[in-house]
Amino acid sequence: MSLDLATTRRIAKLARIGLEEHELEATRQKLNGILGWIDQLAEVDVTGVPPMVGTETETLRQREDKVTDGNSRDALLACAPETSGPFYTVPKVVE
Amino acid sequence: MLTGLTLTQARAGLTTRKFSARELAQAHLDAIARLNTALNAYITVLPEADVLASADAADARYAAGTAGIMDGLPIGVKDLFCTKGVRTTAASKMLADFVPPYESTVTANLLGAGAVFLGKTNLDEFAMGSANMSSAFGPTTNPWKRKGDEATALVPGGSSGGSSAAVAAGMALAATGTDTGGSIRQPAAYCGIVGLKPTYGRCSRWGTIAFASSLDQAGPMTRSVADAGLMLEAMAGFDAKDSTSSNRAVPQFHKAVGKSVKGLRVGIPAEYRAPGLSADVVAMWEQGIAWLKAAGCEVVDVSLPHTRYGLTTYYIIAPAECSSNLARYDGIRFGLRKDAPSLDGVYEATRAAGFGQEVRNRILMGTYVLSAGYYDAYYLKAQKVRTLIRRDFEQAFENVDVLLTPTAPSAAFAQGENMDDPVQMYLNDIFTVPASMAGVPALSVPVGLNEVGLPLGLQVIGKHFDEETVLSVGGALEAAAGFTHTPSIHAGAGA
Amino acid sequence: MSYTIEGRTGTWEIVVGLEVHAQVISHSKLFSGASTTFGGDPNTQVSLVDAAFPGMLPVLNHECVAQAVRTGVGLNAQINLFSRFDRKNYFYADLPQGYQISQFEHPIVGKGVISIELQNGDVREIGITRLHLEQDAGKLLHDQDPTKSFVDLNRSGVALMEIVSEPDIREPEEAGAYLRKLRQILRYLGTCDGNMEEGSMRADVNVSVRKAGEPFRTRCEIKNVNSIRFVMQAIEVEAARQVEIWENGGEVDQETRLFDPGRGATRTMRAKEDAHDYRYFPDPDLLPLVLEQAWVDDLAAHLPELPDARRARFQAEYGIAFYDAGVLVAEQAVAEYYEAVARGRDGKLAATWVMGDLFAALNRTGNSIETSPVSAAALGKMLDLIADKTINGKIAKEVFEDMVETGESPDAIVEKKGLRQVTDTGAIDAAIAAVLEKHPDKLAEYRSGKDKLFGFFVGQVMKETKGKANPAMVNDALKAHLDV
Repeated sequence: MSLDLATTRRIAKLARIGLEEHELEATRQKLNGILGWIDQLAEVDVTGVPPMVGTETETLRQREDKVTDGNSRDALLACAPETSGPFYTVPKVVE
Repeated sequence: MLTGLTLTQARAGLTTRKFSARELAQAHLDAIARLNTALNAYITVLPEADVLASADAADARYAAGTAGIMDGLPIGVKDLFCTKGVRTTAASKMLADFVPPYESTVTANLLGAGAVFLGKTNLDEFAMGSANMSSAFGPTTNPWKRKGDEATALVPGGSSGGSSAAVAAGMALAATGTDTGGSIRQPAAYCGIVGLKPTYGRCSRWGTIAFASSLDQAGPMTRSVADAGLMLEAMAGFDAKDSTSSNRAVPQFHKAVGKSVKGLRVGIPAEYRAPGLSADVVAMWEQGIAWLKAAGCEVVDVSLPHTRYGLTTYYIIAPAECSSNLARYDGIRFGLRKDAPSLDGVYEATRAAGFGQEVRNRILMGTYVLSAGYYDAYYLKAQKVRTLIRRDFEQAFENVDVLLTPTAPSAAFAQGENMDDPVQMYLNDIFTVPASMAGVPALSVPVGLNEVGLPLGLQVIGKHFDEETVLSVGGALEAAAGFTHTPSIHAGAGA
Repeated sequence: MSYTIEGRTGTWEIVVGLEVHAQVISHSKLFSGASTTFGGDPNTQVSLVDAAFPGMLPVLNHECVAQAVRTGVGLNAQINLFSRFDRKNYFYADLPQGYQISQFEHPIVGKGVISIELQNGDVREIGITRLHLEQDAGKLLHDQDPTKSFVDLNRSGVALMEIVSEPDIREPEEAGAYLRKLRQILRYLGTCDGNMEEGSMRADVNVSVRKAGEPFRTRCEIKNVNSIRFVMQAIEVEAARQVEIWENGGEVDQETRLFDPGRGATRTMRAKEDAHDYRYFPDPDLLPLVLEQAWVDDLAAHLPELPDARRARFQAEYGIAFYDAGVLVAEQAVAEYYEAVARGRDGKLAATWVMGDLFAALNRTGNSIETSPVSAAALGKMLDLIADKTINGKIAKEVFEDMVETGESPDAIVEKKGLRQVTDTGAIDAAIAAVLEKHPDKLAEYRSGKDKLFGFFVGQVMKETKGKANPAMVNDALKAHLDV
């Protein structure tokens, strides 16, 4: 499958990576090169083969329902580039 | 030379008080001070006072007879492991000023065993790369040079290139690495050291910055196979905070080294004789086969028919997982933020500025293969092929105890080579990726130099959770090869 | 019978399916050890996992799994022994990971059904498509700053059950009945408090319209409606909007809309072209969730009695009407109160008192059943006093009002006020004699055939005895006196 510029723009938008118009074309070419190589997978017959998720050597463990964490607001907020009082902040979002 | 010891030798010296942990740490700090400008193996070197304080504490434990298995041993930590109070960058602008308020499980385990951390080693940004060229803090240079060509800077491999260069150059006795598709083994081979990727689930992933969750695995990078066993003992273990962590007991891995390999069946996968494999690598592989035969192993041909799809499968699955894992770098709660009038504007500006080219491309590729209309053709297909790759290994291991292959298709290449064509760069991982896909343990052992004097490594791949047999066979190769070469740039050389 | 919209081109019916997000009752979050308590200080109930710090990993809360299974059993649904967690990828300020961990392909609970009852007594079955576990997002505050939105992650990672209905709903009233019934079941099970005001239960409403016999037309999703009344209103106005579009020759766009209760209208939130591409894929940090049938069976065996079963049992055990039983089981606390009053007593009489005087008193005094000034034991005791003829039904009303006011026991009130029923025949005879003496004219009329006056004499005798006479005894004695 070959990647067009519109699709490149769409996935950059989906991934929230702001690319300049001139970067889009370079990116498209690069990704296209990789996709061309990846297309060799088409020749593998996977009829009846289940997908592998993780490495499947264990089953999912569960934890007890106990409160063991939290109350570390200051330590967490100290890592943030911008805060206001007890909150993280972002440009105003209109819903 | 204190900087030329193995962990095992250093621990013996500390135990017998031949030298102190402080002396050992100081020797390494000195080596780093001398060599890091040339090699750029460390992104962050810990303050001397902190390092020496750790060493003093280790000395006190030796005096009290309470020393742990890594006590007083100065090591480098790949800058992908979060270290409490110590900047952790993932070699990305995104995290250039990130100081985690927590310690990763693996590094906490090492600290618990008494290890002395020297600093945070360089890597490809977010561990995505095979040459250490994508670090936002500049590339690491391989301390090895081509014979007669001291001018050409070579890559140390990647992504754990800072760790491999540091260990090879005597700037750490050992270092941690992480391996997603070969990021421990390939740089170990390029720098002439030992690198072990344990079975997926052996080391906790908690607190290690994620690249591709179903593949990422921490492991030791050392100067000897026994060291790899020793250090893995300290790093590994069940962690309730990682749902994929194995609760199997951690064996005394280092004891596996030196065990007889007589009668073990060693598989040689036909498919690894790939086109493009350099003649020196082929010769070294043959040599390795001969050594193991001489040690009493039975060598058998095996087939891993889907191996040749390993790399393409990897370059769907790893980017897919990374595209999601790296979504959290959004400029809100930590790391870089670029302001913009809108929320999406902040996301787009922050992520464009914070991620380098390779990381961006992988995120975009991963976004693409998961997106509506392409998921089945790419991601789902890759997961199915991954099942086939895993089955290949399981079938082979019904017949053999380990597999022996080259670690990489060539020796270290020059900085700047392979940069234009990403596929060419990806091919460096062609021999390491399949074991990652299957989740099995694999070890790279340096076995010799090629005709231009660069180290070559062989890879021993074992069954799930059978690191011990891998280490035994690795130990046999190590003993036969007697690899004692040191690189051009080295703490002990022409100081 | 059903709800339809009469358009210019004919009659339209509505097709509605509901996606309810129900917050799971648990101490800690779905994948982290932070507290789920409502109303904590901003960002205090946040772990490194909830804030999605680098290298953080999810670990599943066992109780949340159990709560989902209990709910599934309560919805008569298939429990899937194999389920899986997927990542739903999108960027938003309230979503620290950049993805929500949810269950897309393999939900923990499959198809089920609940029955609802309408005002006119009709009973309908509404299919449940699935129930899955997922993480809640954080909260954005928009009114704190002119240019910024503030982010509070206390809710980030709290467990939700998304319960999806089949598009079986055909009228707004059914949607209301479905939500009430679902909330009732969740509360009975103790798996969600069903509190829509605090947001622990929210509904997304899928609405389309069609003419009879047609396949489904394009639907719109109305997001996050936070009361049952608004759900019903939103369906009405949205259906009307769609009919208008179709009848004008237009096309309804598949889009996400918001209901504005102030304007009583829905508006576009997100058009189809902006629709998210969520890129679901199995979360590689979590392995498949595999349950043991024996464990599921054990949970099912220990579930509390559910409303439908309790209603049927109340009818059978206490001989009360279907409707009354429905009222009494609507809330668990009421059902328990009623049963405490009715057990070992006259169930019908107990129902009359609970649904009549008790409910009225609660209403009047602004109390709930939990804060009722009259305990179930006290009301039961009062019924005992009626049964053993210590008081009659009329006096009981007076006693009850006193109980509501003073909280005293019925015995004490009867003693205090001397309300004990008069069963002494001599006293009754004397009262009758006094009444007959006062009303010779009426007596004459009665005796000349005006039978209806019997009631007048009863009333006068009761008045004479200040209401305390046993009415049956008064009847008998009066007959004897009058019919000589």
